[in-house]
Amino acid sequence: MHILAISGSLRQGSYNTALLRAAADLLPPGVTVTFYDHLEEVPAFNEDRVTDRPEPVDRLWDAVAEADGILISTPEYNSSIPGVLKNALDWLSRPLIESPLRNKPAAVIGASTSMFGAVWSQAETRKVLGAIGGRVLDRELPVPSAEEQFDEAGKLVEKELEQELGSIVQALVEAIEARAAAMARR
Amino acid sequence: MSATTANERLAGQWRFAPVHSAAEFAVKYVVAKFRGRFGELDASLEDGVLSGSAKVASVSVKDENLYPHLQSPDFFDAEQYPEITFRSTNIDIQGDRVELDGELTLKGNTRPIHASGTVEGPVEDAMGNTRLGFTLETKIDRTEFGINWNAPLPKGGPSLSDEVVLTVELEFHKVS
Repeated sequence: MHILAISGSLRQGSYNTALLRAAADLLPPGVTVTFYDHLEEVPAFNEDRVTDRPEPVDRLWDAVAEADGILISTPEYNSSIPGVLKNALDWLSRPLIESPLRNKPAAVIGASTSMFGAVWSQAETRKVLGAIGGRVLDRELPVPSAEEQFDEAGKLVEKELEQELGSIVQALVEAIEARAAAMARR
Repeated sequence: MSATTANERLAGQWRFAPVHSAAEFAVKYVVAKFRGRFGELDASLEDGVLSGSAKVASVSVKDENLYPHLQSPDFFDAEQYPEITFRSTNIDIQGDRVELDGELTLKGNTRPIHASGTVEGPVEDAMGNTRLGFTLETKIDRTEFGINWNAPLPKGGPSLSDEVVLTVELEFHKVS
């Protein structure tokens, strides 16, 4: 089983990238994770080019297509999804009938330095993934005051947050297994 | 009017005639009814029990991007639940009026429904076939079947109604 982890923040010291690393540590054995770290190369969405995608978009498209599930960690900019993440999802949504996100199990978590933990951005991201046709977990993990949440090893300090994160990644794994089982029955 | 029992008119085995049949849904979106039609249907009528199914993938709508959204987990979730099925538990016929109870399975959820409509026939056609036709309508709450998608209107309230009207036209030819 393979999960693609996408951080909505490009910042080198990103708390959301740290949250994805913490999530990866909680995955059961046998599950591999790729951290997609090329979002900055994806150009602005241009519907004229959906049948002639720029190379960075092709790489993103293939990475999503090859993954069994997607784990997105998003910050919140101006009460919504970071442009770079929404831009990537827009590219992945056209042509919609061919989108590699269709039926793909996906979970969304998020961290912010505010007291709300990117909760609106997570909700928006789930909505967008659902509109594209993803199999989106109805779960969220708001990590507020992100600058205080990680220890030097990158682990979440609060055990309750870590447990909730573990529960979400486990639910993602189970959604992937359930999809595979349903496909095998057909 | 002489009373004819449902059992007498529906007795025996009947073959489904898909060319002369249809299944549609209509749901209010903001101000107008949005409609979709299922192209691939199957049905049976045997000893007074009406069963049917529709392939979710066969739904036709007027927007190429709406089709994949309808197929997705937000709506029908065709990958996990490729068929909508129905089976009657009781059919009551008075003249040309039909009152039907049954169970509808949609998105993996089975709920009792009641449908009303009309029945035509049995009528013998020019080829010697005995035909029977139903027109049935029911209203369901889509959220009871796990279809919960919505989008709030800017000034509040949902854009998509929970109530969905399902209509079917079904024709059968007598086998025995």
